Amino acid sequence: MSKIKPRGKVPKTASVDEIIEIKTLIRHPMHSGRMKDKDGKKIPKRIINKFLVKFNGKQVFGMDLEPSISTNPYIAFPFKAKKTGTFDFEWTDDNGDKYNMSRKMTVS
Amino acid sequence: MKQIKMKIISRRNVLHLLGGATGSVLFSKYALSKPNLALNKIKEISKNAKVDEVDLFLDVPEIAENGNQVKVSFDIESPMTEEDFVKTVYILADGNPAPNVAKFSFTTDMGACSATTRMRLSKTQNIYLLAEYNNGNFAMTKSKVKVTIGGCGG
Repeated sequence: MSKIKPRGKVPKTASVDEIIEIKTLIRHPMHSGRMKDKDGKKIPKRIINKFLVKFNGKQVFGMDLEPSISTNPYIAFPFKAKKTGTFDFEWTDDNGDKYNMSRKMTVS
Repeated sequence: MKQIKMKIISRRNVLHLLGGATGSVLFSKYALSKPNLALNKIKEISKNAKVDEVDLFLDVPEIAENGNQVKVSFDIESPMTEEDFVKTVYILADGNPAPNVAKFSFTTDMGACSATTRMRLSKTQNIYLLAEYNNGNFAMTKSKVKVTIGGCGG
């Protein structure tokens, strides 16, 4: 299986009160528990079930993912820039693993 | 004589086939009228509160050639202030093995209520968008997506 790797696109700079768009993607198989492998055996369910975004430590966006979300979940959402800070993204896997990523944004 | 007999049999076969076909059509109609899991889920989420069917902006393709990657995005008009904002948005699909697709939790820091993601669809079905406002009101909208190749495996 390919390595699970989060990616994100956050504008480096933004002006005050500008609504920016944040795009994230994590490489993950999102096994729904219904697919079968080459030998016809069911692949056990393993998905990213939670996605959380914090800005300067405060939660600003959250998403619960279900097996109906595609492989390599892509999530885009807006954010209103007010001050300079850091975004912390966190994906939670069914097996308890957490994948993290941070991005800085400067507001002028 | 033999030929005639064969003809009769084949005609019977045809009739049988026709009967089978109508039977399966009827059956599929019956299958369609089974309880709508997505609507049941909406009732469960809203705790039987009144859900207004309004025109929220739900962007899904009319025809999805590949059910594995169907882009879904929404944009709900809201001032997103402490007094008036959209708290939670649910996406549900009534033809998938499980109706839930995603649940989004919004905060006023976001300034707008929109998001984009990609989902799997196993067959042609309705997609529901359910929004929960901070004052406890609900609004929903639905959109039909035709799926050419299903994307749920199996």
